[in-house]
Amino acid sequence: MDIARFTSKRFYITGIITLIIFVGLVTLPFFGSLYNVILVTTLLLYANLTVSWVLFSGLTGYMSLATAAFFGIGIYASALFLPTTGAVLPVLVVVLIGGLASSIIALGVGALTLRLRGIYFAIFTFGLVVLIMELLNWWELSVSHLLGRYVILVDNNVIFYTMLGIFVLVMLTTFFIQRSKFGLAMRSIGENEEAASHIGINVTMVKVITFAISAFFMGATGAIWATKLTYINPHVAFSVLFSFLPVLMAIFGGMGQIYGPVIGAAIFAYLQETLQTEFSEIYMLLFGVVLVVAILYMPSGLVGLIEKTWSRISGGERRVRT
Amino acid sequence: MYVLEGKGVTKYFGGLAAVSEVDFYVEQGEVVGLIGPNGAGKTTLFNLISAALVPKPGIIRYKGKNITGLKPYKICRMGISRTFQTVKIFANLPVFQNVLAGSFFGTSPGMSSANAAREASESLEFVGLSALAATPAKDLTLGNQKRLEVARALATKPEVLLLDELMAGLNQTEVDEAMELVKRIRDRGITIVMIEHVMKAIMNVCDRIVVLHHGEKIAEGTPQEIATSKKVIEVYLGEPANAGS
Repeated sequence: MDIARFTSKRFYITGIITLIIFVGLVTLPFFGSLYNVILVTTLLLYANLTVSWVLFSGLTGYMSLATAAFFGIGIYASALFLPTTGAVLPVLVVVLIGGLASSIIALGVGALTLRLRGIYFAIFTFGLVVLIMELLNWWELSVSHLLGRYVILVDNNVIFYTMLGIFVLVMLTTFFIQRSKFGLAMRSIGENEEAASHIGINVTMVKVITFAISAFFMGATGAIWATKLTYINPHVAFSVLFSFLPVLMAIFGGMGQIYGPVIGAAIFAYLQETLQTEFSEIYMLLFGVVLVVAILYMPSGLVGLIEKTWSRISGGERRVRT
Repeated sequence: MYVLEGKGVTKYFGGLAAVSEVDFYVEQGEVVGLIGPNGAGKTTLFNLISAALVPKPGIIRYKGKNITGLKPYKICRMGISRTFQTVKIFANLPVFQNVLAGSFFGTSPGMSSANAAREASESLEFVGLSALAATPAKDLTLGNQKRLEVARALATKPEVLLLDELMAGLNQTEVDEAMELVKRIRDRGITIVMIEHVMKAIMNVCDRIVVLHHGEKIAEGTPQEIATSKKVIEVYLGEPANAGS
């Protein structure tokens, strides 16, 4: 029913830009330097986590801080199946296992805790990260006696293309879910959960399934990222930074449009990289200032800014959000 | 067989009985009014029927079937729909999407988009909001937001509609329009239970009235019987001269 609205100038422009970016990304290893390939892999890592986070939290309004947990589970899947002593399974299969393991845990955790609302849910999901990390720490210290694990070296281009593949999948999934009946249910939950349940939406099921889908991509991303890290331990794999960064990146980019979190993650991660190398002493300080300014002056993120500029260019026509 | 029936329905909040051993029944096609002073337990009773809360103890039956303890979404799909005392619209969604959510999920699963969209437009047309279909719901007036809630509830194809203070906060014209709307819904064959403080409306459209006070049912009868009942006048209506005005 929204088809007509997309046959606008805007639709073609976004389509062409998307295509150019996509072709650029696919061919990057052929013309870009190794540094650029690794840099873009890092940007894609953050984009994957941020878009998966938005897939669940953006529409339902449930602030999840479990990203690091699912990411870490994926990392440990690689540690188990791709040790330096010899890979047990092909890399792509391990990526799949990382994703599936994360979504199974998400199903269980979600069924138990998605009745919690607001800050309680956020705190619980954060607790989950710490819980898994500490459990694993205990296991490694007292049962397996391994302080850390080594993961096989994988070609940078393989890591890049796997990351890109996950990125394309998570974007397509988000795009189609947002436009589907399921997306309408999620949006209704985000707007008013009580009303949603009283008009026939099985709110628990919708939330748990979405939580699991989002966890799948986080886990898969973790599994491939592990081959880049090569050395991991519980503190590296379950670093709480990976719970908070996606939230910040999403807010920075703006969640009104699907490309918002991507732009947010890309710019944010790029800033982090360059600031870290150029101003390693004061990079956290600069980073903080950039973030505060961004949130103060762009309450709806970069997307809000782009939308505003766009509507000024196209004569202030108001577009109905679907 | 009653379309809706409650036996010994009770709900405690801490030590306080919000609803206490209330027996009620609703017949097919009826308009039943639920009145009582603030805090009488009217909305709690609605929450119990629509399964936002579970009675303890007590049983609620819908068309003879025990529905106690079912999830709200199931109750809705079975055919009991509701509106809320304080409007609970999907504020940032366009009016049409609000209603579409109702027609998509409130009926049998497997509703096609085309059918859902048709049902949604029909509901909007019925309450007279078609012209505002693309407006974000938060930009509507209170009166229209209440209509939107009704449209969304109707889109779920209910057999029983629970209206919680549809007319509260509306001006005289809007109240008249809302009364008209209630009558038209009834004429569609939908059974209505309504909580209302606007006495004119209650007396005008209801076939039967149930009066709650401190969680207990203290009276039940036709509008005429209720308007003249000594007990009701004492706890609720005030001086006889004001009753029905």
